[in-house]
Amino acid sequence: MQLDLQAKRSKVSAPTLVHKEKFWYKISRNRTLLLMCFPAILFFFIFSYMPMPGTYIAFTKFNYNKGIFASPFIGWKNFQFLFSNGQLLLLLRNTVLYNIVFILLGNFLQVVFAILLNEVMSKWFKKTTQSMMFLPYFISDVLVSLLVYNLINYDYGFISDTVRSAGGVMPKYYSMPGAWPFIIVLVNLWKGTGYGTVIYFAAITSIDTSMLEAAKVDGANGFQRIRYILLPCLKPTVVILLLFAVGGIVKGNFGLFYNLVGNNSLLFNTTDIIETYVYRALMNNFNFSQGSAVGLFQSVVGFAIVMVANGVVKRIEPEYSLF
Amino acid sequence: MKVKEMQKNKPVFHSTKVKLDVSDRTIRGFTYVFVSIFAILCIIPFWMIIASSFSTEAAIRRSGFTLWPTNFSTFSYSLIFRSPDQMIGAYVVTILMTLIGTTVGLFVVSMTGYALQRKDFPFRNGISFYIYFTSLFSAGLVPFYYLMVKVYGLKDSYWAVLLPLLMSPWLIILMKNYVKAIPHEITESGKIDGAGDFRIFWSLIVPSMTPALATIGLFLALGYWNEWYYSSLFLGSQVTYRPLQYQLYNIINKVAALKNSLAATQLVLDDLPSETLKMATATLATGPIILLYPFVQKYFVAGLTVGAVKG
Repeated sequence: MQLDLQAKRSKVSAPTLVHKEKFWYKISRNRTLLLMCFPAILFFFIFSYMPMPGTYIAFTKFNYNKGIFASPFIGWKNFQFLFSNGQLLLLLRNTVLYNIVFILLGNFLQVVFAILLNEVMSKWFKKTTQSMMFLPYFISDVLVSLLVYNLINYDYGFISDTVRSAGGVMPKYYSMPGAWPFIIVLVNLWKGTGYGTVIYFAAITSIDTSMLEAAKVDGANGFQRIRYILLPCLKPTVVILLLFAVGGIVKGNFGLFYNLVGNNSLLFNTTDIIETYVYRALMNNFNFSQGSAVGLFQSVVGFAIVMVANGVVKRIEPEYSLF
Repeated sequence: MKVKEMQKNKPVFHSTKVKLDVSDRTIRGFTYVFVSIFAILCIIPFWMIIASSFSTEAAIRRSGFTLWPTNFSTFSYSLIFRSPDQMIGAYVVTILMTLIGTTVGLFVVSMTGYALQRKDFPFRNGISFYIYFTSLFSAGLVPFYYLMVKVYGLKDSYWAVLLPLLMSPWLIILMKNYVKAIPHEITESGKIDGAGDFRIFWSLIVPSMTPALATIGLFLALGYWNEWYYSSLFLGSQVTYRPLQYQLYNIINKVAALKNSLAATQLVLDDLPSETLKMATATLATGPIILLYPFVQKYFVAGLTVGAVKG
């Protein structure tokens, strides 16, 4: 308090010096809190900000031995190449389409499960099924790929065997690009539905029960209660979660795609997303320039989408905006 | 959503006094069937992996993966433990990384989260933006890789796996939201008693946010236990002991790795029970999670319901 007054007094006496003085004063006054943030500041500087000048690689014919800034500058050529052979648009298409399906189907299923669970009386049933559905979320994508292999592998897969013993013909999925959008979507739903259901279920349990009771007394049936009470009450949660998802629409789930498809180039047409392309460009082909160009393209497009989405939301419903 | 509100909100129970009409019964019947089927589908694949890890290779070659071990055998496990170095090494690396990473990460994330929600901290908006911006725009994988390998010299170093997983903007924001639910008066009372900011955090705030710590800690621990991505980027063949999931990844994807890990057992490649071995490795790599799952799951659910929904 005492110090505050001093600061105010100095503002009156020497207006030109004040700003600087105040700044250092603010720092020293908050030094403990600043120090508490310091590890995180350092962390993001080292791992997130330091790589940023490296995006220059996207504009060079990169030579690993020469280093980034000694490599010859070639302007937009990497981007032009990736655009003209259709690679960039294919990757963008795959990434965005998969995400749209994941978001829509995923949220739909999660809301449905949450509502259904809420209709059940048995506490035991609710708890047990929630735990079972949540389990796949805890598993690494490496294991997920093994589970899928276990099921649909042509020679020994469980489904393959079942189909064959029923007299059917099992397709060779690992060489059928057309089948993978379905497989990947199913696996994604399998993995994420439990997690989302838990969140929506929590949102439902925070709805005022008296509303539901009143509706019941007034003779609303189960469908009507869902339609006119539960769904409208869930709307804000759905909108917020959808918004978060739209922000990440050009970001793919690398672990899922890479573990399921790997380096199986037969399937790339329908399964290659930005992350898997960049990873292979880097680790298999050592093509730093193109990998970096695709990565930069993704960051810029993603950034623009978040900005636009946030701007739109801010105008319509400021409460929901991200920042 | 405030913690207090959460505690108040009991699940929605329907009064049984009102007679169930047809639509109620339809919905309920449908739920039991539909939810049960999905829940079973969620755990069956795990069961199948465990079951087939106890089968003989010949049985799998003959009749494929089944729901029950055909010709029960523990051969694949005895093979792994005939030269247990690889597996034990993988466990040690993974457990150490998980413990160290989770502890350090939890400390830093909670400290930052606390500082950033203090309304009297003038730099909080600036620093929040500095952190949040990294999730809006990133340099991408290639420059990151180059920096880690060529500038920081972290190729084949465990640091390259341990450090990047310590925190994320998302975890810090989540933590910030948790701490917000703690009344500001606690900080005020600490100040009046003359405690410094760190002291307030450590002896007043930390004890009152154990559920939040449990949830964030679980996210971190899960990240470390399931880590294979940074390992695949930075840990080359020179590294003897790989984290568990990366070890599994290698065994699944490279027969050579399989051969390597069994070099000491002097088996010919043709005799390798490759399928059951994959399943046994998978069981060992995931076992601890499945065993701990029933105990940690409730913290996860409790924490998520407070933090994940903005409000």
